[in-house]
Amino acid sequence: MTTDLPKEKLVSMLTKMLEIRYFEEKVFDLYTQNVVPGTIHLYAGEEAVAVGVCSALKKDDYITSTHRGHGHCIAKGADLKRTMAEILGKKTGYCKGKGGSMHIADFSIGMLGATAVVGAGLPIAVGAGLSVKLRKSDHVVACFFGEGASNQGTFHEGINMASIWKLPVIFVCENNLYAMGTRQSMAMAIENIADRAVAYGIPGITVDGNDVLAVYEATCKAVERARKGDGPTLIECKTYRYRGHSRVDSAKYRPKEEVAEWLAKDPVKRFRERLLRTNALTETQIQQIENEVSLEIEEAVKFALESPFPEPEEALEDVYA
Amino acid sequence: MRKITYREALREALREEMRRDPTVFVLGEDVGKYWGGAFKVTDGLAEEFGDERVRDTPISESAIIGTAVGAAITGMRPVAEIMFGDLTALAMDQIANQAAKIRYMFGGQAKCPLVIRTPFGAGVNIASHHSQSLEAWFMHVPGLYVAVPSTPYDAKGLLKAAIRGDNPVFFCEHKLLYPIQGEVPEEDYTISFGRADVKREGSDATIIATLYMVHNALNAADELAKEGVSVEVVDPRTLTPLDKKTIVESVKKTGRLIIVTEDCKTAGVSAEIAALVAEEAIDYLDAPIKRVAEPDTPIPFSSTLEQYVIPNEKAIIKAIKEII
Repeated sequence: MTTDLPKEKLVSMLTKMLEIRYFEEKVFDLYTQNVVPGTIHLYAGEEAVAVGVCSALKKDDYITSTHRGHGHCIAKGADLKRTMAEILGKKTGYCKGKGGSMHIADFSIGMLGATAVVGAGLPIAVGAGLSVKLRKSDHVVACFFGEGASNQGTFHEGINMASIWKLPVIFVCENNLYAMGTRQSMAMAIENIADRAVAYGIPGITVDGNDVLAVYEATCKAVERARKGDGPTLIECKTYRYRGHSRVDSAKYRPKEEVAEWLAKDPVKRFRERLLRTNALTETQIQQIENEVSLEIEEAVKFALESPFPEPEEALEDVYA
Repeated sequence: MRKITYREALREALREEMRRDPTVFVLGEDVGKYWGGAFKVTDGLAEEFGDERVRDTPISESAIIGTAVGAAITGMRPVAEIMFGDLTALAMDQIANQAAKIRYMFGGQAKCPLVIRTPFGAGVNIASHHSQSLEAWFMHVPGLYVAVPSTPYDAKGLLKAAIRGDNPVFFCEHKLLYPIQGEVPEEDYTISFGRADVKREGSDATIIATLYMVHNALNAADELAKEGVSVEVVDPRTLTPLDKKTIVESVKKTGRLIIVTEDCKTAGVSAEIAALVAEEAIDYLDAPIKRVAEPDTPIPFSSTLEQYVIPNEKAIIKAIKEII
């Protein structure tokens, strides 16, 4: 199936993955220069999940996101300039500087926002799914969360509700093995989060979350099932974050061998190699995309740095509609 | 004018809004055709609007509110029922961190037109997990509106306004109010948030009271009138926004203030109102502010204990006599 994907689709997927990777590298640079206020949770290493999932969605389908959300925004088509500006706390950011790194939203593209309370996005995604059903539209909702969130009550309450009401929701678990410093095996007695789907009578699939095409294929099936009215799917994507949990974390709790093993499975590198191997793109074509993305990121940084901060009194706006 | 109960007034508001606007729907535990809500507020709605729009849910308070939030930000107007106010603690993240903040955090992109209905109040021997009055918790969360109707008329008008508004509303009801009757017009009306109602005019002292305590305050005022004491009773009707102007004006007129609420005294609704008057009208006060509220205990079961902690007419009269 994926070998038949049109070239434009493959280019778009590679472009989005590169955008996320370069964007996150730049955010890290800016953070080391003390330009990024507060904390950051970088998505680098997990690009194949957001891009694989969002590539299977229509432009106006919905997603919900997490504290580690930059990648979800970019994959869904958010503007890089406004995303970067929000991370720097600027007035031109998506949330006018009120949200920051952990709360980016773009309702105009169905990106319903990032919640920084672990697991809180699941019932909200279920509600968007219920809304779709009640309005008789054919949208679907992709809900991103980590394996740590699968220990929250909202995971179980939300998936159960989506299941009994056959709502068009795709639950995407980004299993990066660690909830902050807590290894998965310390927090649950199962290896695959997807096994939890059995308890709610829905399909649970575990995929290689560093293989963008595997994620894409699994999502396409879940989307088809959702649009037909057959209900939700739980997709677990095994992946790995390259940086620590947040800005203060150097991730010393992760064995060096483990890090090396995952770096060897780098999702961007793997997709790049695959495109070359299958003659989908040439080295020159890929380099050209890489250069374009680099420029795009530079422009986003320039825009964000040059943008003004909000006026202090703007803190009082937007509390009520 | 015809008289209907508080329960019927709420049901009429739901029925009329659901007929008027197809995006309005109800969800909650046992709200549907098999039960009609634990306090029968939604009784009969499923028969008219069907199971999809009068939606029974699993016992999952957090997901009930979260689902309502997700539906609200994508074009629906959900009215979620939490069976007892005490159980909102289970959904607190979705209420206080999600519903209340989703507009602000995202820089005004989202509208969250959601109503959360729930009954508070003691007096029916169901002890500590089904009897609390927690209105103050929700006053403390910017982004939420808080309604506290005390009469059938207010209940209907405020619920209709809540459903039509574009903000999340925490709609407090009271178990003992459901059967009480009051005048409610047949024609359509709404009550704007932030407008207090002077339930009884008076000149010697002001009582600010909410929910069931409005009725205790009115009874106390009747008793005091026999002794020649004229008491004004002001019902804020919404705690957020709070009609500061009406409260302050009444205090300026009478010079004496008694606040009667059913929540715990410490950091309660009465504390906020007392602070407001201290800030804005202290020079008009002829006596210290009195607060009649529940002592800082959980609600006990046995009647002798429970009735001891609920503010009653006697306690209100005593408080007023202390400052007259």
